[in-house]
Amino acid sequence: MSSLQTGVFLKQVSEDLFQILPPCRNHPSCLTDTSPVVPGADPARTQLCFEWGPAEMLLCETLFGRRGGERRGAPGGSAGPAPTGCGVAGGGDGAPGPSRVFVVRRDQDIYMETLRKLFNESHGIFVGLQRCEEERAARARNAQLVQVSKNYRSVIRACMEDMHQAAISARDSALHSQYSIQVSILSAMELIWNLCEILFVEAAPAGPLLLRLLDWVQLHICDVDNMVREVLGSENPSKHKLFWNVVDIFVLQGRMDEARHLLSKEAIANPTSMNMYKILDDLMKKMPVPSLGNTQTLTEMELKWQHWHEECQRYLQDGTFASNSHMESICKILLGDENAILEKKELMTTWYHFLVTRLLYSHPTVKPMELRFYAQSSMDMFLGEESNPEPLDTILMAAFEFELHQVIKECSVALSNWWFVAHLTDLLDHCKLLQSHNLYFGSNMREFLLLEYASGLFSHHSLWQLGVDYFDHCPEYGRVYLELHIERIPLNTEQKALKVLRICEQRQMHEQVRSICKIMAMKALRNNRLGSALSWSIRAKDAAFATLISDRFLKDYCERGYFSDLDLIDNLGPSMLLSDRLTFLGKYREFHRLYGEKRFSEAARLLLMLMTAHIAPCSFWMTLLTDALPLLEQKEVIFSAEQTYELMRCLEDLTARKLDKQKFQDDDVETMKVEMLRLALARNLARVIVKEGTLEGS
Amino acid sequence: MFVARSIAADHRDLIHDVSFDFHGRRMATCSSDQSVKVWDKSENGDWHCTASWKVCINSYYTEILLFLFYFCREIFSRSGNVCLRSWKTTHSGSVWRVTWAHPEFGQVLASCSFDRTAAVWEEIVGESNDKLRGQSHWVKRTTLVDSRTSVTDVKFAPKHMGLMLATCSADGVVRIYEAPDVMNLSQWSLQHEISCKLSCSCISWNPSSSRAHSPMIAVGSDDNSPNILAKVQIYEYNENTRKYAKAEALMTVTDPVHDIAFAPNLGRSFHILAVATKDVRIFTLKPLRKELTSSGGLTKFEIHIVAQFDNHNSQVWRVSWNITGTVLASSGDDGCVRLWKANYMDNWKCTGILKGNGSPVNGSSQQGIFNASLGSANTSLQNSLNGSSASRKQS
Repeated sequence: MSSLQTGVFLKQVSEDLFQILPPCRNHPSCLTDTSPVVPGADPARTQLCFEWGPAEMLLCETLFGRRGGERRGAPGGSAGPAPTGCGVAGGGDGAPGPSRVFVVRRDQDIYMETLRKLFNESHGIFVGLQRCEEERAARARNAQLVQVSKNYRSVIRACMEDMHQAAISARDSALHSQYSIQVSILSAMELIWNLCEILFVEAAPAGPLLLRLLDWVQLHICDVDNMVREVLGSENPSKHKLFWNVVDIFVLQGRMDEARHLLSKEAIANPTSMNMYKILDDLMKKMPVPSLGNTQTLTEMELKWQHWHEECQRYLQDGTFASNSHMESICKILLGDENAILEKKELMTTWYHFLVTRLLYSHPTVKPMELRFYAQSSMDMFLGEESNPEPLDTILMAAFEFELHQVIKECSVALSNWWFVAHLTDLLDHCKLLQSHNLYFGSNMREFLLLEYASGLFSHHSLWQLGVDYFDHCPEYGRVYLELHIERIPLNTEQKALKVLRICEQRQMHEQVRSICKIMAMKALRNNRLGSALSWSIRAKDAAFATLISDRFLKDYCERGYFSDLDLIDNLGPSMLLSDRLTFLGKYREFHRLYGEKRFSEAARLLLMLMTAHIAPCSFWMTLLTDALPLLEQKEVIFSAEQTYELMRCLEDLTARKLDKQKFQDDDVETMKVEMLRLALARNLARVIVKEGTLEGS
Repeated sequence: MFVARSIAADHRDLIHDVSFDFHGRRMATCSSDQSVKVWDKSENGDWHCTASWKVCINSYYTEILLFLFYFCREIFSRSGNVCLRSWKTTHSGSVWRVTWAHPEFGQVLASCSFDRTAAVWEEIVGESNDKLRGQSHWVKRTTLVDSRTSVTDVKFAPKHMGLMLATCSADGVVRIYEAPDVMNLSQWSLQHEISCKLSCSCISWNPSSSRAHSPMIAVGSDDNSPNILAKVQIYEYNENTRKYAKAEALMTVTDPVHDIAFAPNLGRSFHILAVATKDVRIFTLKPLRKELTSSGGLTKFEIHIVAQFDNHNSQVWRVSWNITGTVLASSGDDGCVRLWKANYMDNWKCTGILKGNGSPVNGSSQQGIFNASLGSANTSLQNSLNGSSASRKQS
């Protein structure tokens, strides 16, 4: 795309900006402030009930007054409200239509798919800017900041081109206009940013300043480009009816070489006035321009300028160009004649173009601080008395006046999102401009804007991840904001939970880590996913919950006879020590493994230890003793005499305890179990005594 | 601000409360039609009602039992027939408020209603075909029946205090319940009963989890008898006596109070409290150091009013903070919700107005019922910048 036709858009921008402004004084909702409302006088009147959510707000119509109003009317007052059912019966009593709930969002722009690129790419630039070292030499630092600023602008431009393409390809006219509005807003942003870059970030000194402003105008006033293309593309440009317009445009924009090129064509076509063309061409060639390097001093430049100016003046007074009004007016422009320049108003389209042209031909060595006078008078001259400046004009004017604060303020009001002000203010703060402009609250303002922007990002289901880095670079409240926002991120999936968790862990946000794990553990438990619940509660270091889940595992085992989530329990490691019950679960599972691997004596030792060291909960002893049965019945003797005595003691402890608590249930199964155990223990004891005796004897 | 969606709530009467869950993925509504509905947001952003149930007891048999219960209680308490009279006229109840517990405790709702009860509900995950139909199953875990009059507000305590619940009622009693076992929500024990002397309309827990701050609850009263009693009282938990005791009363608030809200703390040493009365007021409560206070371990506060707005022109019914406590929303008799925000200079300004004008809304149209002022979020900055430049001129 050779030209964005920005000029056209800019005009739109001004209108859009005006619409976006919250004109509170004439806003319809503000009118109600002045109309008296008698409370409860109008029963049909409804109030709004609302609720804040993390990203959205809920609103619905209700009648608070009904509750309060009727209570007021009720005798005795304390008797409570009258029956509410009557609201339905007395339909006139503001009985609502179909009740509706409204979901309201704050930052519309955050949800625009086409702006994602802007948010994503500027995030990278932002993070890079925060990282770059402070110690560098002032000069290198300045160059770096200018580069950062240019990067931001190129992101805006890229986004604008995408949006422009989208607008072209959009079939729906509403969509088309929506995209076009966005393009115009973006192009206004870029225009403002570019000016801020020249004036604040780069802080171009007198001389180069004008060149930068010329570039700025050439870059952004593009709606004449069509005309230029048309004329240059025609067979015989000099015969084209817009020929002189194009020459004027080149002159007004300071594009001397191009203007001379066109003029030379005209000169060839008109051999009679060859001399006149030659003089004008010579004047244009000789026009001194401020150089970017330090090859000439300002005074030198001014001297040359003075000389050239007098030469132009002489030719004009001679009447050299009197025969050709076009050329005469060009000569007047070269002399900086304001009226002559103003005559070309429609070729400049904006007052700031006029300002730059005027500076070019009358004050080429303008100092930054003098800009404000020329800017103000240019605007007045260009717009005339009656027209009101639009928001974009005010913003640019504030920039020319070096009122940083005013620029940020006006932009916040005029633009519909926080992206622009947050990033611009951050950049200006890195340039140390906010302090030097005596804005003692500068860093607060930077943080305020960044917090607002990042909070907006957090209301989006995926952009929130960008917001994290912005909060990280807000020294005062960033952390608290992040804590409050991040715990509200919906944990739809385990992956998302892990992502959020990682962010919290990196920042040592222990409470949030605990809370997220606890929420996930609870969710898993509710869905009967015990393994997941256990691993989340281990991560949360939540002992009580781990106990609860271990109990569930054991209960499930008792009921079903096998463990679920074996690999988790097998690999508990040191986290087993989180709670006693979890330790038991791990150890008990270990017993099963040993048993399965036929390492009976180890299994037996572990089983006994679980009881004697009181790791096993009492309620589980019976199960453990039953587990001992097959070991007791093995061919070879596994429990030593001493161990068998211990087992017997455990069994007797258990039965005694049960007797204490309640009358021993004459539960047949239970009694039989105890009897069987006693028998097995006695048999084992007999065998082991024999065995140990023979071993000793031998 | 813009309306992203409108949802037909399908309640047969006025909706009294809407409530988002902690993550903003679910919501609950309650209404005069005695029902509570739960809504879930699908992946594509649509909201679906996944549960709806009647809150109050409306079987004839239980009503008779309840009548007898109240009758006996009246006789034993010999406190006149006030309650009995109200019983006759109110055997069903609007549900005033509904609120979600923190997801750490599972999916739990509490509601309070005109039938003198508050109830705790829990979602059951079943393997039934409910799930297939996109329905969830909620069971009532407990009914808290201690109040003699309409229960006007119910709020879960901040999660660091465990699973606790406060209710307040028109007879002027704040009750604090606790579920000692978070896995068994049918067991709630009444831990504290605070008598506030005035008919209570609203409560708010102080959300601060800082160890420097004791548990604290603010109570508002909508008592409108002509007196000059403070309508906002602040109770603080005393570790020594293990009781809640009145720490402060906002003497300047003498008009009926309809809602009250502590702001999220943001690590500040002081607290911010918003009050909805005949106007919107924002107070700061700075705890004074303990040794300066004489009243046995209770914190005393230095109270300042930092903002007061009468833009609603009349009664204000609701106040509530956004999650960072930076924007306060208030709703009033002017039919608007107004948003208030402090800038980095601590100037409070209106940053947006949401208005319901009762006109019908097309589901898709965005210029619907709410004439939100566009770019409203930015007005604060404008105002703030105005304010600061003014102060700069003075300095």
